[in-house]
Amino acid sequence: MAETLLDIRGLKTWFKTDDGMVRAVDGVDLHIERGETVGVVGESGCGKTVTARSVLKLIDMPPGRFEDGQILWQGRDLIPLDQDEMNQVRAREIAIVFQEPMTSLNPVYTVGEQIAEVMALHQKLNRKQALEGAAEMLRLVNIPNPQRRIHDYPHQFSGGMRQRVMIAMALSCRPKLLIADEPTTALDVTIQAQILELMQEMKERFGMAIMLITHAMGVVAETCQRVVVMYAGKVVEEAPVRELFGSPRHPYTQGLIRSIPRVDRAAKRKERLEAIPGTVPSLLEPPPGCRFAARCRHATDICVRGMPPLKEVSPGHFVRCVL
Amino acid sequence: MPGSTPASLSAEAPAAVVVPDAVATPTATAARKRQRFSPWQEAWRRFRRHKLAVASAVVLLIMVAAIVIGPFLWTVPINEIDFAAKLQGPSWAHPLGTDDLGQDVLARVLYGGRISLAVGLAAMFVAIFVGVLVGAVSGMSSGRLDAVLMWLADLFLSLPQLPLLLLVIYLFRDSLKAVFGPEGGIFVMIVVVIGGLRWMPAARLVRAQFLSIREKEFVEAARALGASKVRQVVQHILPNALGPVIVAATIDVAAAIIAESTLSFLGLGFPPDIPTWGRLLSDAKDYLDIAPHWALASGAAIFLAVLSINFIGDGLRDALDPRRVL
Amino acid sequence: MSRQYLIRRLLLVIPAMLGISLVLYTVLALAPGDPFGELATNPSVPPEVAAALRAKFGLDDPVWIRYVRWLSAMLHGDWGFSFVSRMDVDRLILQRLPTTLLVIGAAQLLAILVALPVGVLAGTRPYSVFDQVANTLAFVGFSLPTFFTGLLLILVFSIQLDWLPFVYRADIDATGWRFYWEHIKQSIMPVMVLGLFQGASLVRYVRSSVLDVVRLDYVTTARAKGIGERKVITRHVVRNALIPVVTLVALQMPVVFGGAIVTEQIFRVPGIGSLLISAMLANDTPVIMAVTFVFACLVVLCNLIADILYAWLDPRIAFR
Repeated sequence: MAETLLDIRGLKTWFKTDDGMVRAVDGVDLHIERGETVGVVGESGCGKTVTARSVLKLIDMPPGRFEDGQILWQGRDLIPLDQDEMNQVRAREIAIVFQEPMTSLNPVYTVGEQIAEVMALHQKLNRKQALEGAAEMLRLVNIPNPQRRIHDYPHQFSGGMRQRVMIAMALSCRPKLLIADEPTTALDVTIQAQILELMQEMKERFGMAIMLITHAMGVVAETCQRVVVMYAGKVVEEAPVRELFGSPRHPYTQGLIRSIPRVDRAAKRKERLEAIPGTVPSLLEPPPGCRFAARCRHATDICVRGMPPLKEVSPGHFVRCVL
Repeated sequence: MPGSTPASLSAEAPAAVVVPDAVATPTATAARKRQRFSPWQEAWRRFRRHKLAVASAVVLLIMVAAIVIGPFLWTVPINEIDFAAKLQGPSWAHPLGTDDLGQDVLARVLYGGRISLAVGLAAMFVAIFVGVLVGAVSGMSSGRLDAVLMWLADLFLSLPQLPLLLLVIYLFRDSLKAVFGPEGGIFVMIVVVIGGLRWMPAARLVRAQFLSIREKEFVEAARALGASKVRQVVQHILPNALGPVIVAATIDVAAAIIAESTLSFLGLGFPPDIPTWGRLLSDAKDYLDIAPHWALASGAAIFLAVLSINFIGDGLRDALDPRRVL
Repeated sequence: MSRQYLIRRLLLVIPAMLGISLVLYTVLALAPGDPFGELATNPSVPPEVAAALRAKFGLDDPVWIRYVRWLSAMLHGDWGFSFVSRMDVDRLILQRLPTTLLVIGAAQLLAILVALPVGVLAGTRPYSVFDQVANTLAFVGFSLPTFFTGLLLILVFSIQLDWLPFVYRADIDATGWRFYWEHIKQSIMPVMVLGLFQGASLVRYVRSSVLDVVRLDYVTTARAKGIGERKVITRHVVRNALIPVVTLVALQMPVVFGGAIVTEQIFRVPGIGSLLISAMLANDTPVIMAVTFVFACLVVLCNLIADILYAWLDPRIAFR
């Protein structure tokens, strides 16, 4: 029986700006069960990163605020928790890996110190034990010479290695959920594969769930069990991975899948690369109806008038579209 | 640097520090709404949000008006000696009191203001002129000339300003006096040296602007259309550097006023009979116990002028150059 | 920090000194008239001594020879003789240099002790009341010329309240604790004037540096690790925010020396700043040249210290 670890219900994370209220996340439902890998896809600005950071409440609260919704972690709502309580959840229960390994590590401390810091904090280790633990984590993520490398600074590692360090740091306290926010976007393609493999290996070893945020459909197809598609702050489709790729129902999802470059097909039929026309609408004053309507080739009057609800069209497959 | 938080907090509450990407690309309608404002109007709008900067602008305007027009309205002579009235506190006849020779402090402060203002502006022009020139040349040429000029800038930055200023005054005082007359000579010397020691920041800014814009598309386009190098510079590159240079210029005025006052205070600036603010303060310091109004008036003049210029500079920085946080 | 970096940085002192000395010497060489003209008319100077001085400074040789000779003389501490004070210039300066260094050092310390916490607090709570007040006070602080602040302090603390003496006396006839106490009492105001002026601009630098650092990714990473906010600030933010501040403080040193000169004049502190002024008023050229040279050396030294501190704080630098 699958156990629901994370259950986001109707989350609305808004930002107060000079130009108005930006509705970065505008009513998002998402759940993750123990041990599963869920992919969250969408183009830049659709709210996936804000969703991820909202889970750990890493949003700057003066401009940002939780307008509505709940973030249930093992049944407990995280939103009302204060900083101290939140700090018990961070790294220990839920960990996060960011997109830019170059800037995500503090340049003035050694890698060992940074990993040891989180281990000592949550596992009550002394400095020596924590450093040993750090070396062990580096070994786990396949960084050669870990005993020596813990004394090196982040700038002495390459991008791919830095991301491994980030992963080591995130997993050091054996969290139940790892949120990976575009972990491979900033890396070379060959390194990307290695990192994804590493994450898979870690997941199997520790039995943890992964929330993988990306805009690369190819990555999702390879690694995820379930996929959530977001657009302009809302979830527009959600399905098990095979079904999403096999029969995508939302026009946006269809467009995303169609726009994956397929070298074999292009070679045979000399197709042009398909792109979805138009740009993401402003999250300041979102249109009342379906937010994809402006770019959708099947849009009708009904689409523009009101926001379609999320409907289950087949078991586990939800779509927010009138079609 | 992500985000456009105004660094100075005299501005009102800021835009979001972490803003999702979507906001950075407004829709067509929103963009059209904002296009009505030209960059200068935008800057003015941002400047207006700084209450302190606006207040300072008002104060400065009043001061400048007083300095320029004042002597025509307040016709008490600056050097009318009247021992009977010496060292008196503020009164209707002498709003800022009198000094040890019975001279009216208000009239002397107003006169001193003219000198400070003149020195400040002139030194600023020298600094900006040299700075922009060096920066432009440096930015346009590549390799060796650029390296040499920047090395020179670094060198000048490590020169101890006041000692060097004093040294130059000491060595050249007499010869300049012979050429320009006592006041003129000092004026030229102070302006040239102060300005000559402050060109580096402006040069850096202009050069940086050149380096970043040189390769940009619209310059390429201009070049493709056959625009000569000078034309490129003047029409396309310099206007973009204008913002930070204006900010640097304001700071230069304040710094020049302080430098000139310091020199006069030390007795090494203008001839002693000229009532610059620094000289007034220097004369007043021996009577601090019995006639504090004298020192306070003179010092307050310098302070208010410099403070308002600094606030204005801060406001200008956020108006014209919002991305930099220093 | 690697030894290579240290050596390389020390070697850089040479071109820096050369550059600055070149500028100084150029100014001197361009000066019209005979800088030693005063000496020639000074009745207490015998003509053959004046002639010997001229020969020594090689005033009749080509410029570059004179420069080299002058530079080597300066570097050897052979700074000539002051007829005004009747002693060797180097002894004169060495007598007074420690006082200046003490005042400047204490002032810098005060500035850092005040500006660091205030700047960090202001930077972590931008646009709060504290921040606005701190920022405005900072502006006031560096818009007040040091001579005015000094006079104000004298007015309040010496004249009105009579708490502190305002004339510095090096010859206090007291012993033990009382001696130190008297020295401290008379140093408070000059140190405060300099320190507060420095502290004011330092607050702004620290604040904006903190503002810059706080929004960087690795700070979010630190928070994501479950580290309490206070520790995030003190361990992760401050250390990184200090790095650019160190450079800025070093760049400010030439200005600090100017402030020190003024402060010494007002409070009659017997340092090299007031020495420079009195030498100028007395046309004592060797002293002027030497003091300016010493200031230049101090600037080079401060830049060196700053670069070393910078490399110590930021491991990325030293490994190049």
